Amino acid sequence: MASTITEKILAYASHQKEAIPGDFVVADVSYAMAHDSTAPLAIESFSKITDKVFDKDRVIIVFDHFFPAPTVAGATLHQKSRKFVMEQNISGFFTNGVCHQLLVENYVSPGDVVVGADSHTCTEGALGAFTTGLGSTDIGGVMATGKCWFRVPESLKFNLTGKTKNGVYAKDVILSIVGDVRADGALYKACEFTGDYVKNATVASRLTLCNMAIEMGGKNGIIEADQKTLDFLDGRPGKIFKSDKDAIYADEFEIEVEDIEPQVALPPVVDNVEPVSVVEGKTIDQAFLGTCTNGRLEDIEVATKILKNKKIARNVRLLVTPASEAIYFAALEKGYIQDLVAAGAAVCNPTCGPCVGRHGGVLAEGEVCISSQNRNFSGRMGDPKAEIILASPATVAASALAGKIVDPRDYV
Amino acid sequence: MKVWKFGDDINTDVITPGRYTVTTDKKRLGEIAFIEYRPDFSKNVKEGDIIVAGNNFGCGSSREHSPVAIKAAGISAVIARSFARIFFRNSINIGLPLFISEDAEKIDDGDEVEIDFDTGEIQDKTKNIILKVKPLPAFMQKIVEKGGLVEFLRSGGYDNL
Repeated sequence: MASTITEKILAYASHQKEAIPGDFVVADVSYAMAHDSTAPLAIESFSKITDKVFDKDRVIIVFDHFFPAPTVAGATLHQKSRKFVMEQNISGFFTNGVCHQLLVENYVSPGDVVVGADSHTCTEGALGAFTTGLGSTDIGGVMATGKCWFRVPESLKFNLTGKTKNGVYAKDVILSIVGDVRADGALYKACEFTGDYVKNATVASRLTLCNMAIEMGGKNGIIEADQKTLDFLDGRPGKIFKSDKDAIYADEFEIEVEDIEPQVALPPVVDNVEPVSVVEGKTIDQAFLGTCTNGRLEDIEVATKILKNKKIARNVRLLVTPASEAIYFAALEKGYIQDLVAAGAAVCNPTCGPCVGRHGGVLAEGEVCISSQNRNFSGRMGDPKAEIILASPATVAASALAGKIVDPRDYV
Repeated sequence: MKVWKFGDDINTDVITPGRYTVTTDKKRLGEIAFIEYRPDFSKNVKEGDIIVAGNNFGCGSSREHSPVAIKAAGISAVIARSFARIFFRNSINIGLPLFISEDAEKIDDGDEVEIDFDTGEIQDKTKNIILKVKPLPAFMQKIVEKGGLVEFLRSGGYDNL
């Protein structure tokens, strides 16, 4: 039977001839990840099941949600996870990047099944793998067994064609899609991105697209691996699956990206998407560049080009958090970090940064933050009466310069 | 049992804001459920009360703290038109009963609702109606019957399927 890439990977990982949407399968898991916020509960569940992880090289622990610990409560959770890492001799323990970026840089291969105790684990599907977010107890179960059950999802096909206008990026494309599909439009479904826009997109931009599949309720984001993926993986082996031409999709979306303008998601929900013109001129207090959505080198590059040899507005604080140490080093080597600091940015260690509000960069009542992150829920970054507006790195950088929200096309 | 009614797309930052979830203490999590969105909730919720919501309840983060907090606050079940998938799995895994019902919208805040957990029958006594409930797939029912994922895996797990 004709199948989608998601169905093929789940069939392969569960040793079935095929996996049909609605089937329940038990799949072998390539990697299971938990971070400092979700690992403690995962470890509690794991400890009730067994005392040894299924594979010390396939369980990955990342401290990224609040590292270094800002509170005693956070330090206590870190202590608990560190003890587990040492006791189980976990080889993949990191404190130098956002978990999804580290998985992409070090582990995920095409054809893998990867689960993470973080909803944005859908990001890694950009490498042609089935990757999805789970809760802590599920991850504890995988740490114990190396297996996980899944309901095989129906797939949605997003066929993206054409070229974006100058000043419009993958973030604008995915925000526009989330605005159309809405927060529950892809509930339980695989979100497959294809078309010549995706083929021409960098791996970083593909990661941005897949990252926000969860914001439409999607189970996973996925893009077929191609030569660009293999170049990125630089010899890491994998198994490439492709969707059959006559595979069945629950729905198909034809999107001409040339029509898309710079987008913003207005609070308090991610699907409240509008063209940037709707809020142009709105004064901001904070601008944040980073996260698993947009903390990669090309994002920092776009921002640097806008901010080099200039100063951000006096009313704004600009926070920059590279998504990983490797990106941080690359940005230093290119001089981007130096240029951003000279422009007035505060550069923070590679983590989730202020995105989850458990670390530096929180917002006061009534403050407005424009951010390259993926969520704008009330109270996420500090006071519940603060406003979080989501946008592309270019819109974030240009707005930091202007002190108010602007259309980045006037700045690139 | 008294109903606490919520709307569509209630996200995990609304249920358990990230700034309050730097803990695994269940009692503490029970105290912070809806702390900013609906401050009267944890003050007045009674053991056994029920949450009724619209579409996509529990969307957002994977944090299991959200269903743990709801359960620890005393909520005996959540009825919604639909649930976000990670929240749905998490709830089943930790033993918080969920019911998917198109009729959720007919129920109002403060209604008296009775759930027969053996038969799965849900009655809104205020409105005098029986709710139609979508049954759980058989696979998930096996995990529920064991009392959650930990017990399911402890008692043979996937080898028993």
